[in-house]
Amino acid sequence: MTCLPPRTDKKLGLVIDLDTCVGCHACVTACKGWNDQGYGAPLSDQTPYGAEASGTFLNRVHSYAVQPDDMPAQIINFPRSCLHCEDAPCVTVCPTGASYKRAEDGIVLVNEDACIGCGLCAWACPYGARELDLAAGVMKKCTLCVDRIYNDGLPEEDRVPACVRTCPTGARHFGDLGDPESDVSRLVAAREGFALMPEMGTKPVNRYLPPRKKDRPEEASLLAPLLDIKATGLAGWLDRVLGKLP
Amino acid sequence: MNPAPSVIIFTTLSGMGFGFLALLGLYGAPGWIGFFLWGTGYGLAGVGLMASTFHLGHPERALLAFTQWRTSWLSREAWASVVTLGLLAPQALSDWLGWGLGRGFGMAGAVGCVVTVLCTSMIYAQLKTVPRWNHWSVPLVYLAFAAGGGLILSGVRGLAMPALCLLGIAMAVQWFATAGRFAKAGATMESATGLGRIGRVSVFEQPHTGGNYLMREMIFTVGRRHAERLRMIAMVGAVMLPVVSLAFVPGVLGIGLAAVLHLAGAMAHRWLFFAEAEHVVGLYYGKR
Repeated sequence: MTCLPPRTDKKLGLVIDLDTCVGCHACVTACKGWNDQGYGAPLSDQTPYGAEASGTFLNRVHSYAVQPDDMPAQIINFPRSCLHCEDAPCVTVCPTGASYKRAEDGIVLVNEDACIGCGLCAWACPYGARELDLAAGVMKKCTLCVDRIYNDGLPEEDRVPACVRTCPTGARHFGDLGDPESDVSRLVAAREGFALMPEMGTKPVNRYLPPRKKDRPEEASLLAPLLDIKATGLAGWLDRVLGKLP
Repeated sequence: MNPAPSVIIFTTLSGMGFGFLALLGLYGAPGWIGFFLWGTGYGLAGVGLMASTFHLGHPERALLAFTQWRTSWLSREAWASVVTLGLLAPQALSDWLGWGLGRGFGMAGAVGCVVTVLCTSMIYAQLKTVPRWNHWSVPLVYLAFAAGGGLILSGVRGLAMPALCLLGIAMAVQWFATAGRFAKAGATMESATGLGRIGRVSVFEQPHTGGNYLMREMIFTVGRRHAERLRMIAMVGAVMLPVVSLAFVPGVLGIGLAAVLHLAGAMAHRWLFFAEAEHVVGLYYGKR
Protein backbone atom coordinates (compact mmCIF):
# COMPACT_ATOMS: atom_id res chain seq x y z
CA MET A 1 0.00 0.00 0.00
CA THR A 2 1.51 3.29 -1.03
CA CYS A 3 -0.07 5.34 1.74
CA LEU A 4 2.73 6.10 4.18
CA PRO A 5 2.26 4.82 7.74
CA PRO A 6 1.36 7.79 10.01
CA ARG A 7 4.19 6.76 12.31
CA THR A 8 6.58 3.86 12.58
CA ASP A 9 7.46 2.03 15.79
CA LYS A 10 11.14 2.20 14.99
CA LYS A 11 13.17 4.28 12.55
CA LEU A 12 15.90 1.92 11.49
CA GLY A 13 18.62 3.58 9.49
CA LEU A 14 22.29 4.24 8.96
CA VAL A 15 24.64 6.83 10.37
CA ILE A 16 27.60 7.45 8.09
CA ASP A 17 30.73 9.09 9.43
CA LEU A 18 32.27 11.28 6.74
CA ASP A 19 35.27 11.88 9.00
CA THR A 20 36.22 8.22 9.09
CA CYS A 21 35.25 7.02 5.63
CA VAL A 22 38.35 6.41 3.55
CA GLY A 23 36.50 5.75 0.30
CA CYS A 24 37.60 2.13 -0.08
CA HIS A 25 34.26 1.04 -1.64
CA ALA A 26 34.20 -2.11 0.53
CA CYS A 27 30.58 -1.29 1.46
CA VAL A 28 29.69 -1.11 -2.24
CA THR A 29 31.19 -4.54 -2.85
CA ALA A 30 29.72 -6.13 0.28
CA CYS A 31 26.29 -4.72 -0.56
CA LYS A 32 26.39 -6.05 -4.09
CA GLY A 33 27.70 -9.39 -2.87
CA TRP A 34 24.99 -9.91 -0.26
CA ASN A 35 22.11 -8.60 -2.36
CA ASP A 36 23.13 -10.74 -5.31
CA GLN A 37 22.21 -14.02 -3.66
CA GLY A 38 19.21 -13.68 -1.38
CA TYR A 39 16.53 -11.07 -1.30
CA GLY A 40 14.76 -10.45 -4.63
CA ALA A 41 16.21 -10.32 -8.12
CA PRO A 42 20.03 -10.34 -8.25
CA LEU A 43 21.80 -7.06 -9.05
CA SER A 44 22.71 -7.51 -12.68
CA ASP A 45 25.62 -6.11 -14.68
CA GLN A 46 25.51 -5.22 -18.34
CA THR A 47 28.72 -5.97 -20.33
CA PRO A 48 30.77 -6.01 -17.09
CA TYR A 49 33.99 -6.69 -19.00
CA GLY A 50 33.16 -4.59 -22.05
CA ALA A 51 33.90 -0.99 -22.89
CA GLU A 52 30.55 0.26 -21.53
CA ALA A 53 30.50 -1.58 -18.21
CA SER A 54 27.41 -0.77 -16.18
CA GLY A 55 25.36 -2.39 -13.45
CA THR A 56 22.88 -2.06 -10.62
CA PHE A 57 24.21 -0.97 -7.22
CA LEU A 58 22.34 -0.01 -4.07
CA ASN A 59 25.18 2.01 -2.65
CA ARG A 60 27.74 4.23 -4.35
CA VAL A 61 30.68 6.15 -2.90
CA HIS A 62 31.38 9.62 -4.24
CA SER A 63 34.55 11.59 -3.55
CA TYR A 64 34.36 15.36 -3.24
CA ALA A 65 36.98 18.07 -2.97
CA VAL A 66 35.73 20.65 -0.50
CA GLN A 67 37.49 24.00 -0.60
CA PRO A 68 37.25 26.16 2.56
CA ASP A 69 37.93 29.89 2.24
CA ASP A 70 41.19 29.95 4.17
CA MET A 71 42.47 26.39 4.23
CA PRO A 72 43.71 23.78 1.80
CA ALA A 73 41.01 21.65 0.14
CA GLN A 74 39.76 18.50 1.89
CA ILE A 75 38.90 15.25 0.16
CA ILE A 76 35.67 13.84 1.59
CA ASN A 77 34.38 10.40 0.63
CA PHE A 78 30.65 10.25 0.51
CA PRO A 79 28.67 6.97 0.46
CA ARG A 80 25.18 7.46 -0.96
CA SER A 81 22.29 5.00 -0.52
CA CYS A 82 18.59 4.96 0.45
CA LEU A 83 17.88 7.20 3.47
CA HIS A 84 14.58 5.41 4.34
CA CYS A 85 12.74 8.74 4.46
CA GLU A 86 9.80 9.27 6.80
CA ASP A 87 7.99 11.17 4.04
CA ALA A 88 9.20 8.99 1.19
CA PRO A 89 8.02 10.38 -2.18
CA CYS A 90 9.12 7.16 -3.91
CA VAL A 91 6.39 5.29 -2.03
CA THR A 92 3.45 7.60 -2.67
CA VAL A 93 4.05 7.93 -6.43
CA CYS A 94 4.05 4.15 -7.00
CA PRO A 95 0.94 3.20 -9.01
CA THR A 96 0.95 -0.51 -8.13
CA GLY A 97 1.65 -0.60 -4.40
CA ALA A 98 4.98 -2.34 -5.00
CA SER A 99 6.78 0.40 -3.10
CA TYR A 100 6.01 0.50 0.62
CA LYS A 101 7.28 1.69 3.97
CA ARG A 102 7.01 -0.75 6.85
CA ALA A 103 5.06 0.47 9.88
CA GLU A 104 7.09 -1.65 12.31
CA ASP A 105 10.61 -0.42 11.52
CA GLY A 106 10.33 2.24 8.81
CA ILE A 107 12.29 0.32 6.17
CA VAL A 108 11.31 1.29 2.61
CA LEU A 109 11.04 -1.79 0.40
CA VAL A 110 9.92 -2.87 -3.07
CA ASN A 111 7.65 -5.86 -3.64
CA GLU A 112 9.30 -6.97 -6.86
CA ASP A 113 6.37 -9.20 -7.86
CA ALA A 114 4.14 -6.13 -8.11
CA CYS A 115 6.68 -3.73 -9.68
CA ILE A 116 5.88 -2.81 -13.30
CA GLY A 117 9.24 -1.07 -13.76
CA CYS A 118 7.78 2.32 -14.69
CA GLY A 119 10.66 4.15 -13.00
CA LEU A 120 8.53 6.90 -11.48
CA CYS A 121 9.81 6.17 -7.94
CA ALA A 122 13.39 6.68 -9.10
CA TRP A 123 12.33 10.05 -10.56
CA ALA A 124 10.68 11.00 -7.28
CA CYS A 125 13.77 10.25 -5.16
CA PRO A 126 16.15 13.22 -4.79
CA TYR A 127 19.00 11.00 -3.60
CA GLY A 128 19.32 8.58 -6.52
CA ALA A 129 18.66 5.68 -4.16
CA ARG A 130 16.72 3.60 -6.66
CA GLU A 131 18.03 1.92 -9.77
CA LEU A 132 16.01 -0.09 -12.27
CA ASP A 133 17.64 -3.44 -12.85
CA LEU A 134 17.91 -3.84 -16.61
CA ALA A 135 17.93 -7.65 -16.53
CA ALA A 136 15.01 -8.12 -14.11
CA GLY A 137 13.03 -5.03 -15.18
CA VAL A 138 12.18 -4.17 -11.57
CA MET A 139 13.27 -1.40 -9.24
CA LYS A 140 16.07 -2.19 -6.81
CA LYS A 141 16.92 -0.31 -3.65
CA CYS A 142 18.64 -0.67 -0.29
CA THR A 143 16.66 -3.06 1.94
CA LEU A 144 18.76 -2.21 4.99
CA CYS A 145 19.60 -5.91 4.63
CA VAL A 146 16.20 -6.86 6.01
CA ASP A 147 17.20 -10.49 5.40
CA ARG A 148 20.21 -10.12 7.75
CA ILE A 149 19.08 -7.90 10.60
CA TYR A 150 16.27 -10.24 11.76
CA ASN A 151 18.00 -13.45 10.69
CA ASP A 152 18.36 -15.85 13.64
CA GLY A 153 20.44 -18.15 11.44
CA LEU A 154 23.31 -15.67 11.51
CA PRO A 155 25.69 -15.05 14.42
CA GLU A 156 24.57 -11.98 16.35
CA GLU A 157 27.44 -9.77 15.15
CA ASP A 158 26.35 -10.40 11.55
CA ARG A 159 22.79 -9.18 12.11
CA VAL A 160 23.56 -5.74 10.71
CA PRO A 161 23.51 -4.54 7.10
CA ALA A 162 26.35 -5.98 5.01
CA CYS A 163 27.84 -2.52 4.40
CA VAL A 164 28.04 -1.85 8.16
CA ARG A 165 29.48 -5.28 8.91
CA THR A 166 32.21 -4.94 6.32
CA CYS A 167 33.32 -1.33 6.81
CA PRO A 168 36.99 -1.59 7.83
CA THR A 169 37.11 1.85 9.47
CA GLY A 170 33.83 1.68 11.38
CA ALA A 171 32.43 4.61 9.42
CA ARG A 172 28.96 3.06 9.13
CA HIS A 173 26.57 2.59 12.04
CA PHE A 174 23.18 0.90 12.12
CA GLY A 175 20.38 1.37 14.65
CA ASP A 176 17.07 2.88 15.65
CA LEU A 177 17.14 6.61 15.01
CA GLY A 178 13.63 6.94 16.46
CA ASP A 179 14.91 6.09 19.94
CA PRO A 180 16.80 9.11 21.34
CA GLU A 181 18.71 6.82 23.73
CA SER A 182 20.06 4.48 21.05
CA ASP A 183 23.78 4.47 20.26
CA VAL A 184 23.21 5.91 16.80
CA SER A 185 20.96 8.71 18.09
CA ARG A 186 23.54 9.69 20.72
CA LEU A 187 26.25 9.60 18.10
CA VAL A 188 24.21 11.92 15.88
CA ALA A 189 23.60 14.28 18.82
CA ALA A 190 27.28 14.31 19.84
CA ARG A 191 28.63 14.86 16.34
CA GLU A 192 25.87 17.12 14.98
CA GLY A 193 24.75 14.64 12.35
CA PHE A 194 22.80 16.13 9.47
CA ALA A 195 20.21 15.14 6.86
CA LEU A 196 20.68 15.47 3.09
CA MET A 197 18.67 17.97 1.02
CA PRO A 198 16.25 18.97 3.79
CA GLU A 199 14.66 21.43 1.33
CA MET A 200 13.12 18.46 -0.53
CA GLY A 201 10.85 17.78 2.46
CA THR A 202 11.50 14.02 2.51
CA LYS A 203 12.51 13.81 6.21
CA PRO A 204 15.29 11.24 5.74
CA VAL A 205 16.05 8.86 8.62
CA ASN A 206 19.74 8.29 7.78
CA ARG A 207 22.19 10.83 9.12
CA TYR A 208 25.68 11.89 8.04
CA LEU A 209 28.34 12.92 10.55
CA PRO A 210 30.37 15.89 9.31
CA PRO A 211 34.16 15.66 9.12
CA ARG A 212 35.79 16.84 12.36
CA LYS A 213 37.41 20.28 12.34
CA LYS A 214 40.94 20.20 10.95
CA ASP A 215 43.88 21.65 12.91
CA ARG A 216 44.77 25.16 11.80
CA PRO A 217 48.26 25.34 10.26
CA GLU A 218 50.51 27.57 12.42
CA GLU A 219 50.55 31.20 11.33
CA ALA A 220 54.35 31.12 11.15
CA SER A 221 56.97 28.37 11.19
CA LEU A 222 58.30 27.03 14.50
CA LEU A 223 61.77 27.69 13.11
CA ALA A 224 61.06 31.40 12.68
CA PRO A 225 63.62 32.67 15.30
CA LEU A 226 66.38 30.56 13.72
CA LEU A 227 65.60 31.71 10.20
CA ASP A 228 66.24 35.38 10.95
CA ILE A 229 70.01 35.11 10.19
CA LYS A 230 72.25 38.16 10.50
CA ALA A 231 75.16 37.67 8.10
CA THR A 232 78.60 38.85 9.23
CA GLY A 233 82.05 39.15 7.63
CA LEU A 234 82.38 38.88 3.85
CA ALA A 235 78.83 37.55 3.51
CA GLY A 236 77.58 40.49 5.58
CA TRP A 237 79.48 43.01 3.43
CA LEU A 238 78.13 41.36 0.22
CA ASP A 239 74.60 41.39 1.66
CA ARG A 240 74.85 45.12 2.38
CA VAL A 241 76.45 46.06 -0.96
CA LEU A 242 74.11 43.91 -3.09
CA GLY A 243 71.16 45.26 -1.16
CA LYS A 244 72.13 48.82 -2.15
CA LEU A 245 72.33 48.10 -5.88
CA PRO A 246 69.26 49.22 -7.79
CA MET B 1 15.43 13.70 -17.97
CA ASN B 2 15.71 11.10 -20.69
CA PRO B 3 13.02 11.75 -23.34
CA ALA B 4 11.77 8.19 -23.92
CA PRO B 5 9.98 8.01 -27.31
CA SER B 6 7.14 5.97 -25.81
CA VAL B 7 6.39 8.69 -23.27
CA ILE B 8 6.53 11.43 -25.91
CA ILE B 9 4.10 9.52 -28.14
CA PHE B 10 1.89 8.81 -25.13
CA THR B 11 1.60 12.39 -23.87
CA THR B 12 1.16 14.01 -27.31
CA LEU B 13 -1.25 11.54 -28.93
CA SER B 14 -3.40 10.90 -25.87
CA GLY B 15 -3.48 14.65 -25.10
CA MET B 16 -4.81 15.43 -28.58
CA GLY B 17 -7.13 12.41 -28.49
CA PHE B 18 -8.72 13.30 -25.15
CA GLY B 19 -9.05 16.94 -26.24
CA PHE B 20 -10.96 15.84 -29.35
CA LEU B 21 -13.04 13.28 -27.43
CA ALA B 22 -14.13 16.00 -24.99
CA LEU B 23 -15.47 18.10 -27.88
CA LEU B 24 -17.19 15.09 -29.46
CA GLY B 25 -18.73 14.28 -26.12
CA LEU B 26 -20.16 17.77 -25.81
CA TYR B 27 -21.31 18.37 -29.38
CA GLY B 28 -21.42 14.94 -31.05
CA ALA B 29 -21.19 14.00 -34.72
CA PRO B 30 -23.88 12.01 -36.53
CA GLY B 31 -23.76 8.84 -38.63
CA TRP B 32 -20.71 7.56 -40.46
CA ILE B 33 -18.92 10.90 -40.14
CA GLY B 34 -19.43 10.47 -36.43
CA PHE B 35 -18.03 6.93 -36.62
CA PHE B 36 -14.92 8.26 -38.34
CA LEU B 37 -14.44 11.20 -35.96
CA TRP B 38 -15.07 9.18 -32.78
CA GLY B 39 -12.71 6.55 -34.20
CA THR B 40 -10.02 9.19 -34.66
CA GLY B 41 -10.43 10.35 -31.05
CA TYR B 42 -10.45 6.81 -29.64
CA GLY B 43 -7.54 5.86 -31.90
CA LEU B 44 -5.33 8.72 -30.75
CA ALA B 45 -6.12 8.18 -27.06
CA GLY B 46 -5.80 4.40 -27.37
CA VAL B 47 -2.49 4.39 -29.27
CA GLY B 48 -1.12 6.92 -26.77
CA LEU B 49 -2.13 4.82 -23.79
CA MET B 50 -0.73 1.67 -25.42
CA ALA B 51 2.56 3.46 -26.10
CA SER B 52 2.85 4.38 -22.42
CA THR B 53 3.23 0.69 -21.54
CA PHE B 54 6.20 0.21 -23.88
CA HIS B 55 8.77 1.67 -21.50
CA LEU B 56 7.66 -0.52 -18.60
CA GLY B 57 9.94 -3.25 -17.29
CA HIS B 58 6.90 -5.51 -16.78
CA PRO B 59 3.98 -4.39 -18.98
CA GLU B 60 2.14 -7.66 -18.22
CA ARG B 61 1.53 -6.36 -14.68
CA ALA B 62 0.08 -3.05 -15.90
CA LEU B 63 -3.34 -3.80 -14.37
CA LEU B 64 -1.79 -3.40 -10.90
CA ALA B 65 -1.42 0.30 -11.75
CA PHE B 66 -5.14 0.70 -10.95
CA THR B 67 -4.69 -0.07 -7.27
CA GLN B 68 -3.04 3.01 -5.73
CA TRP B 69 -5.31 5.88 -6.78
CA ARG B 70 -5.27 7.28 -3.25
CA THR B 71 -1.68 8.52 -3.49
CA SER B 72 -0.40 8.02 -7.03
CA TRP B 73 -1.15 10.35 -9.94
CA LEU B 74 -0.10 7.60 -12.35
CA SER B 75 -2.73 5.31 -10.88
CA ARG B 76 -5.34 8.09 -10.97
CA GLU B 77 -4.49 8.64 -14.62
CA ALA B 78 -5.06 4.97 -15.36
CA TRP B 79 -8.51 5.15 -13.76
CA ALA B 80 -9.42 8.48 -15.33
CA SER B 81 -8.53 7.33 -18.83
CA VAL B 82 -10.40 4.02 -18.64
CA VAL B 83 -13.48 5.53 -16.95
CA THR B 84 -13.54 8.35 -19.52
CA LEU B 85 -13.26 6.02 -22.51
CA GLY B 86 -16.00 3.87 -20.96
CA LEU B 87 -18.32 6.83 -20.31
CA LEU B 88 -17.95 8.07 -23.86
CA ALA B 89 -18.60 4.69 -25.49
CA PRO B 90 -22.44 4.78 -25.29
CA GLN B 91 -22.37 8.37 -26.55
CA ALA B 92 -20.21 7.40 -29.52
CA LEU B 93 -22.46 4.45 -30.38
CA SER B 94 -25.54 6.63 -30.03
CA ASP B 95 -24.08 9.26 -32.38
CA TRP B 96 -23.08 6.67 -34.95
CA LEU B 97 -26.22 4.51 -34.88
CA GLY B 98 -28.66 7.31 -34.16
CA TRP B 99 -30.03 5.97 -30.84
CA GLY B 100 -31.00 9.48 -29.84
CA LEU B 101 -29.36 9.28 -26.39
CA GLY B 102 -29.09 12.69 -24.67
CA ARG B 103 -25.64 14.22 -24.13
CA GLY B 104 -25.33 13.07 -20.50
CA PHE B 105 -22.62 10.46 -21.13
CA GLY B 106 -20.83 12.88 -23.46
CA MET B 107 -20.75 15.67 -20.90
CA ALA B 108 -19.56 13.35 -18.13
CA GLY B 109 -16.93 11.99 -20.53
CA ALA B 110 -15.80 15.53 -21.42
CA VAL B 111 -15.16 16.22 -17.74
CA GLY B 112 -13.32 12.90 -17.63
CA CYS B 113 -11.12 13.99 -20.54
CA VAL B 114 -10.07 17.13 -18.66
CA VAL B 115 -9.38 15.09 -15.52
CA THR B 116 -7.32 12.56 -17.50
CA VAL B 117 -5.11 15.21 -19.09
CA LEU B 118 -4.75 16.88 -15.69
CA CYS B 119 -3.65 13.56 -14.15
CA THR B 120 -1.10 13.03 -16.95
CA SER B 121 0.40 16.45 -16.30
CA MET B 122 0.43 15.93 -12.52
CA ILE B 123 2.62 12.83 -12.92
CA TYR B 124 5.34 15.33 -13.86
CA ALA B 125 4.20 18.43 -11.98
CA GLN B 126 4.18 16.57 -8.64
CA LEU B 127 7.93 15.86 -8.72
CA LYS B 128 9.81 18.19 -6.37
CA THR B 129 13.01 16.52 -7.56
CA VAL B 130 12.57 18.05 -11.03
CA PRO B 131 12.03 21.73 -10.16
CA ARG B 132 11.30 22.76 -13.75
CA TRP B 133 8.24 20.50 -13.78
CA ASN B 134 7.10 21.24 -10.24
CA HIS B 135 4.98 24.23 -11.30
CA TRP B 136 1.32 25.08 -12.08
CA SER B 137 2.20 26.04 -15.67
CA VAL B 138 2.82 22.37 -16.54
CA PRO B 139 -0.86 21.29 -16.15
CA LEU B 140 -1.80 24.53 -17.94
CA VAL B 141 0.32 23.67 -20.98
CA TYR B 142 -0.90 20.07 -21.10
CA LEU B 143 -4.53 21.23 -21.00
CA ALA B 144 -3.84 23.92 -23.61
CA PHE B 145 -2.29 21.32 -25.93
CA ALA B 146 -5.34 19.06 -25.52
CA ALA B 147 -7.70 21.97 -26.25
CA GLY B 148 -5.69 23.22 -29.26
CA GLY B 149 -5.23 19.76 -30.77
CA GLY B 150 -8.86 18.81 -30.19
CA LEU B 151 -10.18 22.00 -31.76
CA ILE B 152 -8.00 21.54 -34.86
CA LEU B 153 -9.49 18.08 -35.38
CA SER B 154 -13.01 19.41 -34.76
CA GLY B 155 -12.60 21.61 -37.84
CA VAL B 156 -14.13 24.65 -36.12
CA ARG B 157 -11.52 27.08 -37.43
CA GLY B 158 -12.96 30.11 -35.67
CA LEU B 159 -12.27 28.49 -32.31
CA ALA B 160 -9.16 26.49 -33.19
CA MET B 161 -7.12 29.55 -34.20
CA PRO B 162 -7.65 31.53 -30.96
CA ALA B 163 -7.12 28.30 -28.96
CA LEU B 164 -3.76 27.80 -30.68
CA CYS B 165 -2.80 31.40 -29.92
CA LEU B 166 -3.66 30.77 -26.24
CA LEU B 167 -1.56 27.60 -26.41
CA GLY B 168 1.36 29.68 -27.67
CA ILE B 169 0.96 32.03 -24.73
CA ALA B 170 0.75 29.08 -22.30
CA MET B 171 3.96 27.59 -23.78
CA ALA B 172 5.75 30.91 -23.41
CA VAL B 173 4.50 31.32 -19.84
CA GLN B 174 5.72 27.83 -18.97
CA TRP B 175 9.16 28.41 -20.50
CA PHE B 176 9.70 31.73 -18.77
CA ALA B 177 8.14 30.77 -15.44
CA THR B 178 10.07 27.52 -15.06
CA ALA B 179 13.48 28.60 -16.37
CA GLY B 180 14.84 29.58 -12.94
CA ARG B 181 13.05 26.90 -10.93
CA PHE B 182 16.12 24.77 -10.30
CA ALA B 183 18.00 27.58 -8.58
CA LYS B 184 14.85 28.59 -6.71
CA ALA B 185 14.32 25.07 -5.34
CA GLY B 186 17.50 25.66 -3.32
CA ALA B 187 19.20 22.33 -3.98
CA THR B 188 22.93 22.72 -4.55
CA MET B 189 25.96 20.45 -4.37
CA GLU B 190 26.46 21.95 -0.91
CA SER B 191 22.95 21.06 0.31
CA ALA B 192 22.96 17.68 -1.45
CA THR B 193 26.13 16.64 0.34
CA GLY B 194 25.67 18.77 3.46
CA LEU B 195 29.32 19.78 3.08
CA GLY B 196 28.64 23.46 2.39
CA ARG B 197 29.45 24.14 6.06
CA ILE B 198 33.08 23.44 5.24
CA GLY B 199 33.44 25.13 1.88
CA ARG B 200 32.80 24.98 -1.83
CA VAL B 201 32.09 21.42 -3.05
CA SER B 202 33.33 19.95 -6.30
CA VAL B 203 33.68 16.43 -7.64
CA PHE B 204 37.11 14.92 -6.94
CA GLU B 205 36.35 11.49 -8.33
CA GLN B 206 33.12 9.90 -9.61
CA PRO B 207 31.87 6.79 -7.81
CA HIS B 208 32.09 4.69 -10.95
CA THR B 209 33.85 4.89 -14.28
CA GLY B 210 30.94 3.68 -16.43
CA GLY B 211 27.43 5.06 -16.68
CA ASN B 212 24.47 3.86 -14.64
CA TYR B 213 20.67 3.95 -14.68
CA LEU B 214 20.52 7.23 -12.79
CA MET B 215 22.84 9.02 -15.19
CA ARG B 216 21.13 7.66 -18.29
CA GLU B 217 17.67 8.48 -16.97
CA MET B 218 18.14 11.81 -15.16
CA ILE B 219 21.27 13.46 -16.51
CA PHE B 220 20.44 13.98 -20.18
CA THR B 221 22.21 16.85 -21.83
CA VAL B 222 21.82 16.34 -25.59
CA GLY B 223 18.48 18.13 -25.87
CA ARG B 224 19.57 21.07 -23.74
CA ARG B 225 22.27 22.04 -26.20
CA HIS B 226 19.59 22.69 -28.81
CA ALA B 227 17.01 24.13 -26.42
CA GLU B 228 16.55 27.46 -28.24
CA ARG B 229 16.20 25.78 -31.63
CA LEU B 230 13.69 23.26 -30.27
CA ARG B 231 11.71 26.06 -28.65
CA MET B 232 11.38 27.73 -32.05
CA ILE B 233 10.45 24.45 -33.77
CA ALA B 234 7.80 23.74 -31.12
CA MET B 235 6.30 27.22 -31.33
CA VAL B 236 6.33 27.34 -35.15
CA GLY B 237 5.14 23.75 -35.54
CA ALA B 238 2.53 23.51 -32.81
CA VAL B 239 1.07 27.03 -33.07
CA MET B 240 2.08 29.23 -36.01
CA LEU B 241 1.98 26.87 -39.01
CA PRO B 242 -1.32 25.25 -37.98
CA VAL B 243 -2.87 28.73 -37.64
CA VAL B 244 -1.61 29.64 -41.13
CA SER B 245 -2.88 26.35 -42.51
CA LEU B 246 -6.30 26.80 -40.93
CA ALA B 247 -6.49 30.39 -42.18
CA PHE B 248 -5.43 29.85 -45.79
CA VAL B 249 -5.78 26.18 -46.80
CA PRO B 250 -9.43 25.30 -47.44
CA GLY B 251 -11.28 22.06 -46.80
CA VAL B 252 -10.16 18.87 -45.09
CA LEU B 253 -6.64 19.39 -46.43
CA GLY B 254 -6.17 22.51 -44.28
CA ILE B 255 -7.40 20.70 -41.18
CA GLY B 256 -5.29 17.61 -41.84
CA LEU B 257 -2.21 19.70 -42.54
CA ALA B 258 -2.77 21.73 -39.37
CA ALA B 259 -3.20 18.54 -37.31
CA VAL B 260 -0.02 16.92 -38.61
CA LEU B 261 2.05 20.09 -38.16
CA HIS B 262 0.61 20.62 -34.70
CA LEU B 263 1.43 17.06 -33.67
CA ALA B 264 5.01 17.40 -34.92
CA GLY B 265 5.37 20.67 -32.97
CA ALA B 266 3.85 19.02 -29.89
CA MET B 267 6.43 16.23 -30.12
CA ALA B 268 9.26 18.79 -30.33
CA HIS B 269 7.75 20.52 -27.30
CA ARG B 270 7.55 17.25 -25.37
CA TRP B 271 11.09 16.22 -26.31
CA LEU B 272 12.33 19.52 -24.93
CA PHE B 273 10.05 19.21 -21.89
CA PHE B 274 11.93 16.05 -20.91
CA ALA B 275 15.40 16.86 -22.18
CA GLU B 276 15.50 20.28 -20.53
CA ALA B 277 14.24 19.11 -17.13
CA GLU B 278 17.04 18.69 -14.63
CA HIS B 279 16.84 16.26 -11.72
CA VAL B 280 18.45 17.21 -8.40
CA VAL B 281 20.28 13.85 -8.23
CA GLY B 282 22.63 15.23 -10.89
CA LEU B 283 24.11 17.42 -8.14
CA TYR B 284 25.79 14.36 -6.58
CA TYR B 285 27.62 13.91 -9.87
CA GLY B 286 28.41 17.60 -10.22
CA LYS B 287 26.17 17.61 -13.28
CA ARG B 288 22.65 18.65 -14.11
